[in-house]
Amino acid sequence: MYVAVKGGEQAIANAHRWLADRRRGDRERDALSVAQLAEQMNLAVDRVMAEASLYDPELAALALKQASGDLVEAVFLLRAYRTTLPRLAETVALDTGAMRLERRVSATYKDVPGGQVLGPTYDYTHRLLDFLQLADGEVPEPARAEQALEACPPILEQLDAEGLIERETDDGAEPYDITRDPPDFPVDRATRLQMLARGDEGYLLALGYSTQRGYGRNHPFAGEIRIGTLEVEIAVEECEAPVCIGEIALSECQMINQFAGSRDRAPQFTRGYGLAFGRNERKTMAMALVDRALRAEELGEPVQGPAQQPEFVLAHADSVEASGFVSHLKLPHYVDFQSELELLRRLRSAHGQPDGAEDSRETVDDGGKKKEPAVEQDTNESEQVSP
Amino acid sequence: MKQTPLPQTQTQTQTQAQRQRLLALTPCERLEEGWAELALPVTHRCVRGPETGMAMVRGRMGGTGNAFNLGEMTLSRASVTLDDGAALGHGWVAGRDHRHAELIALVDACAHRPEWAERIDAELMAPLARELDAAREQASRTAAATRVDFFTMVRSE
Repeated sequence: MYVAVKGGEQAIANAHRWLADRRRGDRERDALSVAQLAEQMNLAVDRVMAEASLYDPELAALALKQASGDLVEAVFLLRAYRTTLPRLAETVALDTGAMRLERRVSATYKDVPGGQVLGPTYDYTHRLLDFLQLADGEVPEPARAEQALEACPPILEQLDAEGLIERETDDGAEPYDITRDPPDFPVDRATRLQMLARGDEGYLLALGYSTQRGYGRNHPFAGEIRIGTLEVEIAVEECEAPVCIGEIALSECQMINQFAGSRDRAPQFTRGYGLAFGRNERKTMAMALVDRALRAEELGEPVQGPAQQPEFVLAHADSVEASGFVSHLKLPHYVDFQSELELLRRLRSAHGQPDGAEDSRETVDDGGKKKEPAVEQDTNESEQVSP
Repeated sequence: MKQTPLPQTQTQTQTQAQRQRLLALTPCERLEEGWAELALPVTHRCVRGPETGMAMVRGRMGGTGNAFNLGEMTLSRASVTLDDGAALGHGWVAGRDHRHAELIALVDACAHRPEWAERIDAELMAPLARELDAAREQASRTAAATRVDFFTMVRSE
Protein backbone atom coordinates (compact mmCIF):
# COMPACT_ATOMS: atom_id res chain seq x y z
CA MET A 1 0.00 0.00 0.00
CA TYR A 2 1.31 3.46 -0.85
CA VAL A 3 0.13 6.49 1.05
CA ALA A 4 1.28 10.01 0.31
CA VAL A 5 1.84 11.89 3.52
CA LYS A 6 1.69 15.65 3.70
CA GLY A 7 2.53 18.03 6.49
CA GLY A 8 5.25 20.02 8.17
CA GLU A 9 4.55 23.28 6.36
CA GLN A 10 4.66 25.36 9.50
CA ALA A 11 7.71 23.49 10.80
CA ILE A 12 9.56 24.14 7.53
CA ALA A 13 8.65 27.83 7.53
CA ASN A 14 9.86 28.21 11.11
CA ALA A 15 13.02 26.23 10.41
CA HIS A 16 13.88 28.60 7.56
CA ARG A 17 13.11 31.60 9.72
CA TRP A 18 15.45 30.27 12.39
CA LEU A 19 18.07 29.59 9.71
CA ALA A 20 17.91 33.26 8.62
CA ASP A 21 18.30 34.31 12.24
CA ARG A 22 21.25 31.99 12.76
CA ARG A 23 22.88 33.27 9.58
CA ARG A 24 22.52 36.85 10.71
CA GLY A 25 23.86 36.10 14.18
CA ASP A 26 24.18 38.73 16.89
CA ARG A 27 22.36 41.87 15.68
CA GLU A 28 24.78 43.99 17.69
CA ARG A 29 27.48 43.15 15.15
CA ASP A 30 27.64 44.53 11.62
CA ALA A 31 26.17 42.28 8.97
CA LEU A 32 28.64 41.05 6.34
CA SER A 33 28.13 42.73 3.02
CA VAL A 34 28.34 40.81 -0.24
CA ALA A 35 31.00 43.26 -1.41
CA GLN A 36 33.10 42.49 1.68
CA LEU A 37 32.82 38.78 1.01
CA ALA A 38 33.72 39.21 -2.66
CA GLU A 39 36.91 41.00 -1.66
CA GLN A 40 37.96 39.50 1.63
CA MET A 41 36.83 35.92 1.06
CA ASN A 42 37.93 35.99 -2.55
CA LEU A 43 39.38 32.49 -2.64
CA ALA A 44 36.12 31.00 -1.36
CA VAL A 45 34.27 33.07 -3.97
CA ASP A 46 36.60 31.76 -6.67
CA ARG A 47 36.05 28.18 -5.62
CA VAL A 48 32.29 28.65 -5.70
CA MET A 49 32.49 30.13 -9.22
CA ALA A 50 34.69 27.32 -10.49
CA GLU A 51 32.57 24.51 -9.11
CA ALA A 52 29.27 26.18 -9.96
CA SER A 53 30.68 26.66 -13.46
CA LEU A 54 29.52 30.28 -13.57
CA TYR A 55 31.87 33.25 -13.43
CA ASP A 56 30.24 36.09 -11.52
CA PRO A 57 32.06 37.17 -8.34
CA GLU A 58 29.14 39.14 -6.94
CA LEU A 59 26.68 36.27 -7.30
CA ALA A 60 29.18 33.79 -5.90
CA ALA A 61 29.69 36.05 -2.88
CA LEU A 62 25.93 36.31 -2.46
CA ALA A 63 25.64 32.53 -2.61
CA LEU A 64 28.38 32.25 -0.01
CA LYS A 65 26.59 34.67 2.29
CA GLN A 66 23.24 32.98 1.80
CA ALA A 67 24.80 29.57 2.50
CA SER A 68 26.44 30.84 5.72
CA GLY A 69 29.82 29.91 4.25
CA ASP A 70 28.87 26.33 3.31
CA LEU A 71 30.79 26.05 0.03
CA VAL A 72 28.91 23.04 -1.33
CA GLU A 73 25.58 24.75 -0.62
CA ALA A 74 26.85 27.96 -2.23
CA VAL A 75 27.91 26.03 -5.34
CA PHE A 76 24.42 24.50 -5.47
CA LEU A 77 22.77 27.94 -5.22
CA LEU A 78 24.87 29.44 -8.00
CA ARG A 79 24.47 26.37 -10.21
CA ALA A 80 20.71 26.59 -9.77
CA TYR A 81 20.72 30.30 -10.69
CA ARG A 82 22.73 29.46 -13.79
CA THR A 83 19.83 27.44 -15.16
CA THR A 84 17.65 30.58 -15.26
CA LEU A 85 19.88 32.42 -17.74
CA PRO A 86 19.88 32.05 -21.52
CA ARG A 87 23.09 31.28 -23.36
CA LEU A 88 23.92 34.32 -25.49
CA ALA A 89 27.34 33.43 -26.85
CA GLU A 90 30.39 31.20 -26.86
CA THR A 91 33.71 32.88 -26.29
CA VAL A 92 36.69 32.73 -28.58
CA ALA A 93 38.87 29.97 -27.08
CA LEU A 94 41.15 31.54 -24.48
CA ASP A 95 44.78 32.24 -25.22
CA THR A 96 46.24 31.73 -21.74
CA GLY A 97 49.64 32.82 -23.05
CA ALA A 98 48.21 36.37 -23.19
CA MET A 99 47.21 36.34 -19.53
CA ARG A 100 48.12 39.42 -17.48
CA LEU A 101 50.04 37.52 -14.87
CA GLU A 102 50.08 37.98 -11.15
CA ARG A 103 51.75 34.63 -10.51
CA ARG A 104 53.86 32.36 -12.67
CA VAL A 105 56.12 29.64 -11.40
CA SER A 106 57.83 26.63 -12.88
CA ALA A 107 59.24 23.63 -11.06
CA THR A 108 61.18 22.49 -14.12
CA TYR A 109 63.38 25.47 -14.97
CA LYS A 110 64.94 27.95 -12.60
CA ASP A 111 65.67 30.57 -15.21
CA VAL A 112 62.74 31.15 -17.49
CA PRO A 113 62.03 34.21 -19.62
CA GLY A 114 60.09 36.55 -17.37
CA GLY A 115 61.31 34.77 -14.25
CA GLN A 116 59.60 33.06 -11.35
CA VAL A 117 56.86 35.38 -10.13
CA LEU A 118 55.33 34.40 -6.79
CA GLY A 119 52.27 36.66 -6.70
CA PRO A 120 50.04 36.81 -3.62
CA THR A 121 50.72 33.25 -2.45
CA TYR A 122 50.31 31.33 0.79
CA ASP A 123 53.41 29.33 -0.14
CA TYR A 124 56.37 30.01 2.18
CA THR A 125 54.12 31.32 4.94
CA HIS A 126 54.82 29.47 8.17
CA ARG A 127 51.22 28.48 8.72
CA LEU A 128 51.30 30.08 12.12
CA LEU A 129 48.11 31.78 13.18
CA ASP A 130 48.50 35.49 12.78
CA PHE A 131 47.04 37.10 15.87
CA LEU A 132 47.26 40.53 14.27
CA GLN A 133 44.28 39.41 12.18
CA LEU A 134 42.39 38.97 15.42
CA ALA A 135 43.26 42.51 16.40
CA ASP A 136 42.51 43.97 12.95
CA GLY A 137 46.04 45.24 12.48
CA GLU A 138 46.91 47.73 9.76
CA VAL A 139 47.87 46.17 6.44
CA PRO A 140 50.60 47.91 4.41
CA GLU A 141 50.27 48.49 0.67
CA PRO A 142 51.96 45.86 -1.51
CA ALA A 143 55.50 46.51 -2.70
CA ARG A 144 55.90 47.69 -6.28
CA ALA A 145 58.89 47.19 -8.51
CA GLU A 146 60.30 50.00 -10.62
CA GLN A 147 59.64 48.08 -13.79
CA ALA A 148 56.63 46.15 -14.99
CA LEU A 149 56.88 42.39 -15.55
CA GLU A 150 58.81 41.22 -18.54
CA ALA A 151 57.01 39.06 -21.06
CA CYS A 152 56.40 35.56 -19.67
CA PRO A 153 55.90 33.23 -22.64
CA PRO A 154 54.39 29.83 -21.86
CA ILE A 155 57.20 27.60 -20.62
CA LEU A 156 56.12 24.38 -22.30
CA GLU A 157 56.59 26.06 -25.68
CA GLN A 158 60.34 25.84 -25.06
CA LEU A 159 60.16 22.07 -24.81
CA ASP A 160 57.63 22.01 -27.57
CA ALA A 161 60.05 23.74 -29.93
CA GLU A 162 62.47 20.87 -29.42
CA GLY A 163 59.77 18.25 -29.89
CA LEU A 164 60.40 16.89 -26.42
CA ILE A 165 56.78 17.15 -25.38
CA GLU A 166 53.63 16.15 -27.15
CA ARG A 167 52.27 19.04 -29.16
CA GLU A 168 48.82 20.43 -28.49
CA THR A 169 47.30 21.73 -31.69
CA ASP A 170 43.79 22.83 -32.55
CA ASP A 171 42.11 20.88 -35.33
CA GLY A 172 39.01 23.04 -34.99
CA ALA A 173 36.88 20.32 -33.40
CA GLU A 174 33.71 21.65 -31.77
CA PRO A 175 33.78 20.63 -28.09
CA TYR A 176 31.04 18.53 -26.53
CA ASP A 177 28.98 20.45 -24.00
CA ILE A 178 27.69 18.52 -20.98
CA THR A 179 25.26 21.32 -20.16
CA ARG A 180 23.46 20.64 -23.44
CA ASP A 181 23.73 16.86 -23.69
CA PRO A 182 24.41 14.56 -20.76
CA PRO A 183 27.80 12.83 -20.95
CA ASP A 184 27.72 9.38 -22.51
CA PHE A 185 30.68 7.24 -21.46
CA PRO A 186 33.30 6.81 -22.75
CA VAL A 187 33.80 10.54 -23.23
CA ASP A 188 36.50 12.47 -25.07
CA ARG A 189 39.11 14.67 -23.43
CA ALA A 190 37.21 17.93 -24.02
CA THR A 191 34.26 16.50 -22.12
CA ARG A 192 36.52 15.22 -19.35
CA LEU A 193 38.12 18.63 -18.94
CA GLN A 194 34.72 20.32 -18.75
CA MET A 195 33.65 17.88 -16.03
CA LEU A 196 36.91 18.20 -14.12
CA ALA A 197 36.79 22.01 -14.29
CA ARG A 198 33.52 21.98 -12.34
CA GLY A 199 34.52 19.03 -10.16
CA ASP A 200 34.79 19.27 -6.40
CA GLU A 201 38.26 20.40 -5.38
CA GLY A 202 38.56 18.07 -2.41
CA TYR A 203 37.61 15.09 -4.52
CA LEU A 204 40.06 15.95 -7.30
CA LEU A 205 42.76 16.64 -4.75
CA ALA A 206 42.31 13.20 -3.20
CA LEU A 207 42.35 11.48 -6.59
CA GLY A 208 45.38 13.47 -7.73
CA TYR A 209 47.12 12.53 -4.51
CA SER A 210 46.28 8.87 -5.07
CA THR A 211 48.10 8.93 -8.42
CA GLN A 212 51.20 10.27 -6.69
CA ARG A 213 51.05 7.53 -4.07
CA GLY A 214 51.09 4.83 -6.70
CA TYR A 215 47.47 4.24 -7.72
CA GLY A 216 48.03 5.04 -11.37
CA ARG A 217 51.26 5.70 -13.15
CA ASN A 218 52.01 9.37 -12.91
CA HIS A 219 55.33 11.04 -12.45
CA PRO A 220 54.71 14.72 -12.96
CA PHE A 221 56.55 18.00 -12.74
CA ALA A 222 54.67 21.25 -12.45
CA GLY A 223 55.95 22.64 -15.75
CA GLU A 224 54.15 25.91 -15.29
CA ILE A 225 51.50 27.45 -13.09
CA ARG A 226 49.97 30.72 -14.29
CA ILE A 227 47.47 32.84 -12.43
CA GLY A 228 46.19 36.15 -13.70
CA THR A 229 43.50 37.88 -15.70
CA LEU A 230 42.62 37.48 -19.33
CA GLU A 231 40.40 39.41 -21.71
CA VAL A 232 37.46 37.44 -23.04
CA GLU A 233 36.11 37.87 -26.55
CA ILE A 234 32.92 36.75 -28.22
CA ALA A 235 32.01 36.64 -31.88
CA VAL A 236 28.85 38.62 -32.65
CA GLU A 237 26.85 39.29 -35.78
CA GLU A 238 26.82 43.04 -35.24
CA CYS A 239 30.58 43.45 -35.43
CA GLU A 240 33.11 42.04 -37.85
CA ALA A 241 35.88 41.49 -35.31
CA PRO A 242 35.32 39.50 -32.11
CA VAL A 243 34.43 41.90 -29.28
CA CYS A 244 36.03 41.97 -25.85
CA ILE A 245 33.42 41.81 -23.07
CA GLY A 246 35.73 42.16 -20.09
CA GLU A 247 38.31 40.29 -18.08
CA ILE A 248 38.18 37.17 -15.94
CA ALA A 249 40.66 35.75 -13.45
CA LEU A 250 42.03 32.30 -14.26
CA SER A 251 44.42 29.68 -12.95
CA GLU A 252 46.25 27.27 -15.20
CA CYS A 253 48.54 24.32 -14.51
CA GLN A 254 50.62 22.48 -17.08
CA MET A 255 51.95 19.21 -15.73
CA ILE A 256 54.80 17.47 -17.53
CA ASN A 257 54.61 13.71 -17.21
CA GLN A 258 56.70 10.77 -18.22
CA PHE A 259 57.12 9.54 -21.67
CA ALA A 260 55.06 7.98 -24.34
CA GLY A 261 56.31 6.87 -27.73
CA SER A 262 55.99 4.18 -30.33
CA ARG A 263 57.90 2.57 -33.16
CA ASP A 264 57.00 5.55 -35.36
CA ARG A 265 57.30 8.27 -32.75
CA ALA A 266 60.28 9.03 -30.55
CA PRO A 267 59.48 9.19 -26.85
CA GLN A 268 58.07 12.49 -25.66
CA PHE A 269 56.92 13.98 -22.39
CA THR A 270 53.16 13.87 -22.01
CA ARG A 271 50.87 16.52 -20.60
CA GLY A 272 48.21 16.93 -17.97
CA TYR A 273 46.20 20.14 -18.03
CA GLY A 274 44.27 22.08 -15.43
CA LEU A 275 42.32 25.30 -15.92
CA ALA A 276 39.82 26.96 -13.61
CA PHE A 277 38.03 30.24 -13.00
CA GLY A 278 39.57 32.47 -10.37
CA ARG A 279 42.56 31.84 -8.15
CA ASN A 280 42.34 28.09 -7.83
CA GLU A 281 45.89 26.83 -7.93
CA ARG A 282 45.42 23.65 -5.88
CA LYS A 283 42.37 22.76 -7.93
CA THR A 284 44.17 23.18 -11.25
CA MET A 285 47.14 21.11 -10.05
CA ALA A 286 44.81 18.31 -8.96
CA MET A 287 42.86 18.62 -12.20
CA ALA A 288 46.06 18.32 -14.26
CA LEU A 289 47.04 15.15 -12.38
CA VAL A 290 43.64 13.60 -12.89
CA ASP A 291 43.45 14.71 -16.54
CA ARG A 292 46.73 12.91 -17.17
CA ALA A 293 45.67 9.82 -15.24
CA LEU A 294 42.48 9.63 -17.32
CA ARG A 295 44.57 9.52 -20.48
CA ALA A 296 45.95 6.10 -19.50
CA GLU A 297 44.01 4.18 -22.10
CA GLU A 298 44.79 6.68 -24.88
CA LEU A 299 48.52 6.40 -24.08
CA GLY A 300 48.48 2.62 -23.81
CA GLU A 301 49.14 2.44 -20.07
CA PRO A 302 47.72 -0.22 -17.77
CA VAL A 303 44.66 1.01 -15.85
CA GLN A 304 45.47 0.19 -12.25
CA GLY A 305 44.18 2.97 -10.05
CA PRO A 306 40.77 4.54 -9.43
CA ALA A 307 41.96 7.88 -10.85
CA GLN A 308 42.51 6.22 -14.23
CA GLN A 309 38.89 5.10 -14.57
CA PRO A 310 36.99 7.81 -16.43
CA GLU A 311 33.47 6.77 -15.56
CA PHE A 312 34.26 6.33 -11.88
CA VAL A 313 36.15 9.62 -11.65
CA LEU A 314 33.83 11.79 -13.71
CA ALA A 315 30.47 10.45 -12.60
CA HIS A 316 31.30 11.29 -8.99
CA ALA A 317 33.18 14.58 -9.36
CA ASP A 318 30.25 16.99 -9.23
CA SER A 319 29.49 18.13 -5.69
CA VAL A 320 25.96 19.21 -6.59
CA GLU A 321 25.08 15.75 -7.88
CA ALA A 322 26.95 13.97 -5.11
CA SER A 323 25.47 15.97 -2.26
CA GLY A 324 22.04 15.69 -3.83
CA PHE A 325 22.09 11.93 -3.86
CA VAL A 326 23.71 11.56 -0.46
CA SER A 327 21.31 14.11 1.03
CA HIS A 328 18.25 12.36 -0.33
CA LEU A 329 18.85 9.68 2.29
CA LYS A 330 17.46 12.02 4.93
CA LEU A 331 14.14 12.36 3.15
CA PRO A 332 11.32 10.16 4.47
CA HIS A 333 11.82 6.49 3.63
CA TYR A 334 9.11 5.34 6.03
CA VAL A 335 7.47 2.78 3.75
CA ASP A 336 10.76 1.47 2.48
CA PHE A 337 12.04 0.99 5.97
CA GLN A 338 8.80 -0.71 7.08
CA SER A 339 9.23 -3.34 4.39
CA GLU A 340 12.77 -4.07 5.54
CA LEU A 341 11.62 -4.26 9.15
CA GLU A 342 8.96 -6.76 8.17
CA LEU A 343 11.50 -8.84 6.29
CA LEU A 344 13.93 -8.78 9.19
CA ARG A 345 11.21 -9.89 11.62
CA ARG A 346 10.32 -12.84 9.40
CA LEU A 347 13.98 -13.81 9.10
CA ARG A 348 14.40 -13.66 12.83
CA SER A 349 11.29 -15.71 13.59
CA ALA A 350 12.41 -18.35 11.08
CA HIS A 351 15.87 -18.37 12.60
CA GLY A 352 14.76 -19.98 15.88
CA GLN A 353 12.58 -22.70 14.23
CA PRO A 354 13.68 -26.36 14.22
CA ASP A 355 14.95 -27.60 10.78
CA GLY A 356 15.08 -23.93 9.92
CA ALA A 357 18.27 -24.07 7.88
CA GLU A 358 16.53 -24.76 4.59
CA ASP A 359 13.41 -22.76 5.45
CA SER A 360 15.32 -19.67 6.34
CA ARG A 361 17.30 -19.85 3.11
CA GLU A 362 13.99 -19.89 1.26
CA THR A 363 12.83 -16.92 3.23
CA VAL A 364 15.96 -15.02 2.28
CA ASP A 365 15.30 -15.82 -1.36
CA ASP A 366 11.74 -14.56 -1.00
CA GLY A 367 13.03 -11.45 0.63
CA GLY A 368 15.47 -10.92 -2.20
CA LYS A 369 12.61 -10.94 -4.66
CA LYS A 370 10.51 -8.67 -2.52
CA LYS A 371 13.32 -6.14 -2.52
CA GLU A 372 12.51 -5.01 -6.03
CA PRO A 373 9.09 -3.49 -5.34
CA ALA A 374 10.63 -1.95 -2.25
CA VAL A 375 13.13 -0.10 -4.40
CA GLU A 376 10.32 1.15 -6.57
CA GLN A 377 8.50 2.38 -3.51
CA ASP A 378 11.62 4.22 -2.47
CA THR A 379 11.68 6.11 -5.74
CA ASN A 380 8.01 7.01 -5.51
CA GLU A 381 8.37 8.18 -2.00
CA SER A 382 11.42 10.30 -2.74
CA GLU A 383 9.67 11.98 -5.61
CA GLN A 384 6.68 12.64 -3.43
CA VAL A 385 8.70 14.42 -0.78
CA SER A 386 11.70 15.95 -2.47
CA PRO A 387 11.35 19.49 -3.79
CA MET B 1 47.69 43.14 -24.50
CA LYS B 2 45.58 42.11 -27.44
CA GLN B 3 45.12 45.31 -29.40
CA THR B 4 44.05 45.46 -32.97
CA PRO B 5 46.08 48.11 -34.78
CA LEU B 6 44.19 51.17 -35.95
CA PRO B 7 43.10 50.87 -39.56
CA GLN B 8 44.97 53.99 -40.62
CA THR B 9 43.88 53.90 -44.25
CA GLN B 10 40.14 54.15 -43.64
CA THR B 11 39.78 56.48 -40.73
CA GLN B 12 41.66 57.95 -37.84
CA THR B 13 38.91 57.12 -35.39
CA GLN B 14 38.73 53.89 -33.46
CA THR B 15 36.81 50.90 -34.65
CA GLN B 16 33.65 49.61 -32.99
CA ALA B 17 35.56 46.65 -31.55
CA GLN B 18 38.30 48.88 -30.10
CA ARG B 19 35.80 51.14 -28.34
CA GLN B 20 33.74 48.19 -27.18
CA ARG B 21 36.82 46.60 -25.62
CA LEU B 22 37.91 49.68 -23.73
CA LEU B 23 34.41 50.48 -22.51
CA ALA B 24 33.87 46.90 -21.33
CA LEU B 25 37.14 47.05 -19.38
CA THR B 26 36.14 50.36 -17.74
CA PRO B 27 34.12 50.26 -14.51
CA CYS B 28 30.55 51.40 -15.12
CA GLU B 29 30.72 54.34 -12.69
CA ARG B 30 33.75 55.72 -14.49
CA LEU B 31 32.03 55.35 -17.85
CA GLU B 32 28.91 57.05 -16.53
CA GLU B 33 31.04 59.98 -15.39
CA GLY B 34 32.91 60.23 -18.71
CA TRP B 35 29.68 60.04 -20.66
CA ALA B 36 28.14 62.83 -18.59
CA GLU B 37 31.18 65.06 -19.19
CA LEU B 38 30.89 64.51 -22.92
CA ALA B 39 27.35 65.94 -22.76
CA LEU B 40 26.28 64.91 -26.23
CA PRO B 41 22.80 66.28 -26.99
CA VAL B 42 21.16 62.95 -27.62
CA THR B 43 18.25 60.87 -26.51
CA HIS B 44 17.94 57.18 -27.21
CA ARG B 45 15.79 54.14 -26.68
CA CYS B 46 16.67 50.49 -26.28
CA VAL B 47 15.66 48.22 -29.15
CA ARG B 48 17.09 45.06 -27.60
CA GLY B 49 17.58 44.49 -23.91
CA PRO B 50 19.36 45.49 -21.84
CA GLU B 51 19.34 41.82 -20.90
CA THR B 52 21.54 39.37 -19.06
CA GLY B 53 22.49 35.90 -20.13
CA MET B 54 25.64 33.85 -20.27
CA ALA B 55 28.62 33.21 -22.50
CA MET B 56 30.23 29.79 -22.48
CA VAL B 57 33.93 30.33 -21.85
CA ARG B 58 36.15 28.05 -23.86
CA GLY B 59 39.64 27.00 -22.90
CA ARG B 60 42.18 25.02 -24.89
CA MET B 61 43.71 21.68 -23.94
CA GLY B 62 47.27 22.34 -22.88
CA GLY B 63 46.74 26.03 -23.62
CA THR B 64 47.08 25.63 -27.39
CA GLY B 65 45.11 22.53 -28.32
CA ASN B 66 41.47 21.80 -29.10
CA ALA B 67 38.82 23.87 -27.40
CA PHE B 68 36.85 22.62 -24.40
CA ASN B 69 34.03 24.22 -22.46
CA LEU B 70 35.42 25.61 -19.22
CA GLY B 71 32.24 27.07 -17.77
CA GLU B 72 29.95 30.02 -18.27
CA MET B 73 30.13 33.68 -17.32
CA THR B 74 27.38 36.22 -16.97
CA LEU B 75 27.06 38.63 -19.88
CA SER B 76 24.78 41.60 -20.49
CA ARG B 77 23.97 43.15 -23.82
CA ALA B 78 21.99 46.05 -25.17
CA SER B 79 21.18 47.63 -28.51
CA VAL B 80 20.00 51.22 -28.72
CA THR B 81 18.84 53.57 -31.42
CA LEU B 82 19.18 57.33 -31.31
CA ASP B 83 15.87 59.16 -31.40
CA ASP B 84 16.91 61.62 -34.08
CA GLY B 85 18.18 59.11 -36.59
CA ALA B 86 18.54 55.50 -37.58
CA ALA B 87 21.97 54.99 -36.01
CA LEU B 88 22.01 51.72 -34.12
CA GLY B 89 24.52 50.90 -31.41
CA HIS B 90 25.40 47.68 -29.60
CA GLY B 91 27.09 46.91 -26.32
CA TRP B 92 28.22 43.77 -24.50
CA VAL B 93 29.78 43.52 -21.09
CA ALA B 94 30.68 40.79 -18.61
CA GLY B 95 28.42 40.71 -15.59
CA ARG B 96 24.86 41.76 -14.93
CA ASP B 97 25.05 45.55 -15.14
CA HIS B 98 22.37 46.57 -17.62
CA ARG B 99 23.32 50.23 -17.47
CA HIS B 100 26.90 49.39 -18.43
CA ALA B 101 25.75 47.49 -21.54
CA GLU B 102 23.36 50.31 -22.44
CA LEU B 103 26.07 52.97 -22.11
CA ILE B 104 28.42 51.02 -24.35
CA ALA B 105 25.67 50.68 -26.94
CA LEU B 106 24.91 54.39 -26.65
CA VAL B 107 28.53 55.38 -27.26
CA ASP B 108 28.63 52.98 -30.20
CA ALA B 109 25.50 54.55 -31.71
CA CYS B 110 26.84 58.09 -31.27
CA ALA B 111 30.16 57.13 -32.84
CA HIS B 112 28.37 56.62 -36.15
CA ARG B 113 28.44 60.40 -36.57
CA PRO B 114 31.97 61.34 -37.66
CA GLU B 115 32.02 64.63 -35.70
CA TRP B 116 30.90 62.86 -32.53
CA ALA B 117 33.26 59.97 -33.12
CA GLU B 118 36.21 62.36 -32.99
CA ARG B 119 35.03 63.88 -29.74
CA ILE B 120 34.32 60.46 -28.23
CA ASP B 121 37.78 59.22 -29.09
CA ALA B 122 39.57 62.33 -27.89
CA GLU B 123 37.56 63.17 -24.78
CA LEU B 124 36.33 59.78 -23.60
CA MET B 125 38.35 56.93 -25.07
CA ALA B 126 41.77 58.54 -24.76
CA PRO B 127 41.61 59.21 -21.01
CA LEU B 128 40.02 55.79 -20.39
CA ALA B 129 42.84 54.11 -22.32
CA ARG B 130 45.42 56.02 -20.25
CA GLU B 131 43.72 55.03 -17.01
CA LEU B 132 43.53 51.38 -18.02
CA ASP B 133 47.21 51.38 -18.98
CA ALA B 134 48.15 53.02 -15.70
CA ALA B 135 46.13 50.52 -13.63
CA ARG B 136 47.66 47.63 -15.53
CA GLU B 137 51.15 49.01 -15.20
CA GLN B 138 50.60 49.33 -11.46
CA ALA B 139 49.35 45.72 -11.22
CA SER B 140 52.27 44.48 -13.27
CA ARG B 141 54.77 46.30 -11.06
CA THR B 142 53.16 44.74 -8.00
CA ALA B 143 53.64 41.31 -9.54
CA ALA B 144 57.18 42.17 -10.59
CA ALA B 145 58.03 42.93 -6.95
CA THR B 146 57.41 39.24 -6.20
CA ARG B 147 59.77 38.02 -8.90
CA VAL B 148 62.50 35.80 -7.46
CA ASP B 149 66.12 36.86 -7.79
CA PHE B 150 68.18 33.72 -7.50
CA PHE B 151 71.68 33.82 -6.12
CA THR B 152 74.09 31.00 -5.56
CA MET B 153 75.82 30.32 -2.27
CA VAL B 154 79.44 29.48 -2.86
CA ARG B 155 81.19 27.52 -0.12
CA SER B 156 84.78 28.61 0.34
CA GLU B 157 87.03 26.37 2.36
